[in-house]
Amino acid sequence: MNMIQAINSAMEVVMARDPNVIVMGEDVGYFGGVFRATAGLQEKFGKTRVFDTPITECGIIGVAVGMGAYGLRPVPEIQFADYIYPALDQLVSEAARLRYRSDGEFTAPITVRSPFGGGIFGGQTHSQSPEGIFTHVSGIKTVIPSTPYDAKGLLIAAIEDNDPTLFFEPKRIYNGPFDGHWDRPSQNWSKHPAGEVPTGYYKIELGKANIVRAGDALTILAYGTMVHVCMAVVTDAGVDAEIIDLRTLVPLDIETIEASVKKTGRCMIVHEATRTGGFGAELSALVQERCFYHLEAPIERVTGFDTPYPHSLEWAYFPGPVRIGEALKKVMRD
Amino acid sequence: MASDIPRANLKPLSLYVPEPKFRPGDAVDFTEVAIPAAGSVRRPDIADPADSFIDLAYELVRVLDHENQAVGSWNPRLSPDTLRALLRSMALVRAFDERMFRAQRQGKTSFYMKCTGEEAVAVSAAFALDYEDMCFPSYRQQGLLIARGWSMVDMMNQIYSNRGDRLQGKQLPIMYSVKEAGFFSISGNLATQYPQAVGWAMASAAKGDTRIAATWCGEGSTAEGDFHSACTFASVYRAPVIFNVVNNQWAISSFSGFAGAESTTFAARAVGYGIAGLRVDGNDALAVYAATAWAAERARTNQGPTLIEHFTYRAEGHSTSDDPGQYRSEGEPTAWPLGDPIKRLKDHLIAIGEWDEERHAAQDKQLAEDVKAAQKEAEKNGILGHGLHQPLDSLFDGVFEEMPWHLREQQAQMIAEETASGRPWARKS
Repeated sequence: MNMIQAINSAMEVVMARDPNVIVMGEDVGYFGGVFRATAGLQEKFGKTRVFDTPITECGIIGVAVGMGAYGLRPVPEIQFADYIYPALDQLVSEAARLRYRSDGEFTAPITVRSPFGGGIFGGQTHSQSPEGIFTHVSGIKTVIPSTPYDAKGLLIAAIEDNDPTLFFEPKRIYNGPFDGHWDRPSQNWSKHPAGEVPTGYYKIELGKANIVRAGDALTILAYGTMVHVCMAVVTDAGVDAEIIDLRTLVPLDIETIEASVKKTGRCMIVHEATRTGGFGAELSALVQERCFYHLEAPIERVTGFDTPYPHSLEWAYFPGPVRIGEALKKVMRD
Repeated sequence: MASDIPRANLKPLSLYVPEPKFRPGDAVDFTEVAIPAAGSVRRPDIADPADSFIDLAYELVRVLDHENQAVGSWNPRLSPDTLRALLRSMALVRAFDERMFRAQRQGKTSFYMKCTGEEAVAVSAAFALDYEDMCFPSYRQQGLLIARGWSMVDMMNQIYSNRGDRLQGKQLPIMYSVKEAGFFSISGNLATQYPQAVGWAMASAAKGDTRIAATWCGEGSTAEGDFHSACTFASVYRAPVIFNVVNNQWAISSFSGFAGAESTTFAARAVGYGIAGLRVDGNDALAVYAATAWAAERARTNQGPTLIEHFTYRAEGHSTSDDPGQYRSEGEPTAWPLGDPIKRLKDHLIAIGEWDEERHAAQDKQLAEDVKAAQKEAEKNGILGHGLHQPLDSLFDGVFEEMPWHLREQQAQMIAEETASGRPWARKS
């Protein structure tokens, strides 16, 4: 399966098990979503469980919160993560705090799915990585898969979780892993072991990272598309790096990170989102606080630039093999 | 400025900024407020399509006339017992408000909001809805809880953020949450409850339930995007929901003109969405009851949503933090041409021979005593700022269903800090 099929399979499996799971969003019903992630679900589960919505993100999330308060488990789709901002208040002030402010009388067990990230010539409004905005908010979980296998297992866990969860789908790797060389042909998930996805039910626990490559020379913390780019860079450079796919940013698997950095003594953090105040800053602070006496070099951050996502210069913006490779040399040299 | 503009032979544009009719020191004259005679507005069948009674969004449904009689097709013909119960609930809300306002002035809590002059809006709605229907209120619908018979002590515990506060002191005073009484957790962010009510109503419909949702916001909040998103959703899915817009003329110091009141009515917002729109005299308890019952029947029979504008007046300040004397004429509250909702219902009951001034005075006295007794009971659990009412570690409860490591660490840090400080803050364990 590719990642879209895996995400589709996750929703199908959970919907079949729990009649309270409903899917809603722009174009998700009859058409099956602009990325086809919800294809066939309306046909299987009917119009009252899978339906199109008006183009109002604030409405989509507000309505999902109300449905969650009723007792359903809505899985709203925001067509592109760039469009999540009109829904920001409903996510930050409402969904994230409903349990706290009502002391558990009302909860918002919603899972907001949204394709995010660049590398598809999406320009400013189809490329952003807003995860850092939400990891800063108390009461909301943030999940980002990097493979079809993880996408399915994590999405099932997110939907079954009783807290509001953002599920950001790296759309650059919907169809296959991407090594960051934009001028090379991409591989398909069918040729990758993580593309082997069981058709039935399985979960990947939220808050557990995945060591995708074990190593002793350096710890690389990444998620989503960047996991694959880092793998390619490390392989090319011949460095014995340990690459950790974080999978969920909140809750974060700090134990795995800490153990790894203490073992390797070096840490590099890679994300596509803008640099200042990004999640990499949080990771860097955590590693510094917990592993300072084990560090042999300053922590290195590789990120997108603090500009809007440029359309024609997207490959200059994207933290690709060159930028990551240079940072790798620097952190290994010190 | 005009000469700086290259095309200076054109007449310069001018920006219109609305201004309320009266400011402090001005004499008030409300004769321009159009008030149709009670009983003059038609009552459509609940199955009539919304576009067949667009006129009702610009009219004013009124039942109680100048002779204190209930007249016209909107007369809900309530029994004297129900009318007395309605009056009692409204009077109890006012007594509760007065007591809690004073409690705030005495420094027993941080904040309070009265609904003086608007009691009918929430109380009559509570009487017209089923107890199981879910209400998504704004902050001035305490009447819903009072009318549903919810414990005043419980409400006061919340206001005092004391040991008995079921919300563990996590919310501002008056931001109640009472799932058991169909009262959704109040948010301080305006109109966010609107799409949430629609979602709840859609869920109820999708599950084949029979319960409906109702929600309230002020006229100022109709400017929020959430309001319009909610109207779109409700219209599209014919959600069984009632939208209440409480037009009390003032959003803190901004008069209703800043929400668009000079151009049209708030009930007319419904027209563009194809939703049933009604404009009612919000100080007429019978009109509010009749409109709510009509809208509830529409919703319950899958006729879709209704938007009701309650034309009323905020007789007091926005909250205990507000001084309306700074921005509006002091004559406004008493000059309001639609009177006081409690007095109007009382006068009606007297006019039909079912009540008298003596009984009313005795009831007011009794209600004041009931509220005072509830207050005493609540204050046994403490008042805000006096003592440490909640266990220290409860601060971290409910951020997530299960506490992740970073919150556990911060909780441990906080407890260590408190232990070191020597303060006697209680712990859960």
